[in-house]
Formats: sequence, C-alpha cells, structure tokens
Amino acid sequence: MKILVCVSKTPDTTSKIAFTDGNTKFDEAGVQWIINPYDEWYSLVRAIELKEANPAATIHLVTVGNADAEPIIRKALALGGDEAIRVNTDNSDAYYIAAQIAEVAKQGGYDLIFTGKETIDYNGSSIGGMVAELVDSPYISLATKFDLNGTTATVVREIDGGEETAEVALPVVVSCQKGMAEQRIPNMRGIMAARTKPLKVVEPIAVDALTSIQSFELPPAKAGVKLVAPDNVAELVRLLHEEAKAI
Amino acid sequence: MSVLIFIDQSEGHVKKSSLEALTYGADVAKQLGTTAEGIVLGTVTEDLAALGKYGVSKIHQVSNAALNNVDAQVYASVISEAATTSGATVIVFSHNQTGKAVAARVAAKLKAGLVAGACALPNTSNGFSVKKTVFSGKAYAHVNILSAVKVISLNPNSYKTVATEGTAVVEALAVTVNEPKVKITAVNKITGEVPLTEADIVVSGGRGLKGPEHWGILLDLAKELGAATACSRPVGDAHWRPHHEHVGQTGVQVAPNLYIAIGISGAIQHLAGVNRSKVIVVINKDPEAPFFKAADYGIVGDAFEVVPQLTAAIQKMKAGA
Repeated sequence: MKILVCVSKTPDTTSKIAFTDGNTKFDEAGVQWIINPYDEWYSLVRAIELKEANPAATIHLVTVGNADAEPIIRKALALGGDEAIRVNTDNSDAYYIAAQIAEVAKQGGYDLIFTGKETIDYNGSSIGGMVAELVDSPYISLATKFDLNGTTATVVREIDGGEETAEVALPVVVSCQKGMAEQRIPNMRGIMAARTKPLKVVEPIAVDALTSIQSFELPPAKAGVKLVAPDNVAELVRLLHEEAKAI
Repeated sequence: MSVLIFIDQSEGHVKKSSLEALTYGADVAKQLGTTAEGIVLGTVTEDLAALGKYGVSKIHQVSNAALNNVDAQVYASVISEAATTSGATVIVFSHNQTGKAVAARVAAKLKAGLVAGACALPNTSNGFSVKKTVFSGKAYAHVNILSAVKVISLNPNSYKTVATEGTAVVEALAVTVNEPKVKITAVNKITGEVPLTEADIVVSGGRGLKGPEHWGILLDLAKELGAATACSRPVGDAHWRPHHEHVGQTGVQVAPNLYIAIGISGAIQHLAGVNRSKVIVVINKDPEAPFFKAADYGIVGDAFEVVPQLTAAIQKMKAGA
C-alpha cells in the first residue's frame, strides 16, 4: 500500500497580503510560511492514521516548489511519512504543477493520492482533479471521511446542500477537508527523525504552462463601519433596505 | 468557436449558481462575437428551453439517469467530448462542489488553461485574462489563459443573473457515457434549509451567544429574512451547531449579498470565509471586536436584546412595504 500526499507551502493564515514589482509579485517580506492547512491537518494526518493502522504502508510526500519549500517539507516529515520528493520549479500554473505530480505518481505507482481541498493562496481547488485526470483515476473531491477495507475505500464527501457516501476501488485521488482527521503537533522524536528521512529533488518534466499571472490587486478598502445605536435597530433596517439594498 | 456552459442540476432542478454561469457564459460569448450553448447531464424536470432567457441559444442534453449522480471522471469525459464536437473554445462552470471537481478534469483532459474561482468577465483587449479571487478573498489575481481552449469556473454569488426573453433549442446529445468507477451508496441532504453557499443572506453566530440553547433568536431572524444560518469555528468545534455551518478559512466560504455576524469577534481566519460578502453587518457588545473593521454596518450592543428587536423591525418593515 503506497500513499502519495501532496503538500504545498503557503503563507500563514494571519499574513498581511501585499504585492511588489508593480503588483506582479506576492510580497514575501515578513511572511511566515506554513504547510497548506488542508494538506497538513486533513490529508497528511489521515494518511499517517492509515499507516498507523497498517504499518506496512508507505507514505511519500510530494511538493512542487523551489528550495524555499524544504523547511515545510521537513516539518511535514516530522509529522510522519517515509520520504519526500520535491519537484524543483516555482511555476504556479495548476496544470503545470498537476503534470509534475502526475509524473511522480506514475513513477511511484501509488494506490492512494491525497491532496488538500485547495491551497489557501491560490484557492483553485484544481490540482486533485487534474492529477486524477492525468493518471486516469477516479477522483473524490471535498472528502470529510475516508476509510479503507482492503482495496476498497469508503469516502464521505461534501455535495451541494449535504453529503454523500461513495465506494471506490483503489487507486483513487481524494481531496481532503475538515472532518478527515484532527490537527497534530510534531513531537521531538518526529522532528529528529525527519532530519534523516530522504528528501529527493527531481527536475520538472517539460510541460507547457497554460496560464500565467499577469498582476494582483487588493480589494478597495472598506469605507468604514457605520455604527447604529443599539436602541435604534429600525435605523439599521432602513439603511439595509434603502442604502445597501440588501433586504 | 463557441462558449459551452455546464448546467449543474440536483434532483432535476437547475442550480442557482448555474444560472449565474449561464448569464456569465452568454456575456463572454457576446464579448467574443459568438454563440453560447449549455450542456446538462442527467434527467431534468425543469423546462430547459426556458433557460434561453439567460442568453443561450442551444442546450445539449444527455438525459441518461446514470448521470444523476456526479462522477467527476464520467462527467469530464462527456463534457470534453461535447466541447470538442461543438467546437467550444471557452467552457464555463460554476466554482461549486461539482464544478471544482469536474472543471479541473476537463481542463487537464483538453490541455486547456483553467481559471478557477473567476469573479469578472475576461479582459480580451490583449490576450485573455480573467480576474479571480486569491488568498482566500483577501486579493485578486488577473490570470492570462495561454491555451486555445479555455476553462473558467465562476465563483458563486459573484455574477448577477440576468433573465431576458429567449428560448433555447434543446437537443439530445449522443455521447459515450462510461460506467462510473465510484459507487454512491448513500446521499444525505439537509432538507428544509437554505444551502449556505447559495444563500443571498446569511445569519451567523459566534461564541458571544454563549450556548446552543440561545440560538432561537438567531433562527428567528434567519427565518424572517429567508436566510441560511452559519457559525464561527469555535461554535462548530463545540458542537453547538452542525459542522457544515462553520464558515471561515477552513470551513465553508460564502459570498452572500448580506452577512450578519452576531457575537463573532472576527478573527482573520473567519474573515477569510466571509470577506466576499457584499454587505456585512456586525452585532457585538465589544466595540474593539476586529470584525467592526471589516463591517459596513454595526451595532455595539447586547445580541440578546438587539437581535429580537431587529427581527421585529424587519417584520414591521415588510408589513409596511
């Protein structure tokens, strides 16, 4: 049983978002980098739980990024996982990234590929579906529960206005969100062990990027809150009705 | 060359987010000087020809009951084949649960550049660039699509539905439908509630409400407004409210016309889930609550007094209107 967990480096959730170079680059000054929370809390931890239940399983981590991503990968390895692969590129096109992961997946012959439901920087929610297409596997998105029975997976996933339970034979690609597992903190033993776990760097395969970011833009600042006295809710209703036209 | 819009349905009904996608796709077609066509999969009870009023001239239908459950692999193969045979160069989805899974597969299958989470029409003055939300709604990116075929998934509640006159020609589409590899064994829909991601108004409660037994005032307000209900992460984690109501960075991201936050301080992770809302009202007794900085309207006061009065005032306004 081989599991591939895709992890991505993202700015911490409390980071101030700003841009440089004429709004064409994300301003990294003072930014704290973390493992994308969906990749860490849900997909990686669930993979670790599966390995705890079945110690013969191996977990490989893959990240597509430049050398700056290595501290994040080490941190992920401190939580668990046997080895990591970094595809050395900083291209941000989803198809380009998915093609790199699909190549790693084909080489490794994995039974299970986990991604987070989206990254908190680009919010595309597209890597899992693209990888699934490129390796010709079924794809279960937005999973909140995942259980294995031999080579059959039972997955609960979010659908519009509810959830559904699905059964699928491995191999499968799954995007993970809240509910899959609980956040863990790496312990000292894990951190020490992570230092010596293999971290393989591979060069990207030749693929055309299909998109490129032209520029960024910050939303206009809010005009400031209009406060209404607590004993005058009728005024709030009037403002919402006449000014904001929201009710 | 044409624009193909995927029409998502659930239990025979076309989703509101798909009407937005239809309007958006029809406007893209106008921009490009071409026609807009829709595609719907599965059995639909609604009058599809009437969807012509959103600007589509033709709707391809594959009314195979096997397609009533969404299987991303099967859907992607059907939609890709339809796009290729109809000569579509732009394919539009809603960026909802279905669209997130299917658009990505279609894009990879057709080697088409994807902008996922678009919030405005493309700029075609120099290339083809689409504005989308990034950093969980804290910024936008303008993304160039470099490929000949382009896929766009549109954020729900970010493009206004416009209905005019018009009837679409509905045509059965003969296309290969593969057997799905995923078997759906149970579906559990929350009935009797407004789905959170499609709601025009969301009323949301936080720890300031002090316990699940106090939710009645919030539910009354939501009922009066026809709103969906939501909550902050601590409330979901404490099981005061069901998990699916949790909005925020790691929960559901919403973009309603009106978001009313009651007793929520407004941590940055919560704001990331709601900052695409058009109007934000904050009711909190702490004047220093960070949420006021992100709000359009606010009341500094005790929710237990303010909220019932607000419900009554809305009732009164409606009676007078």
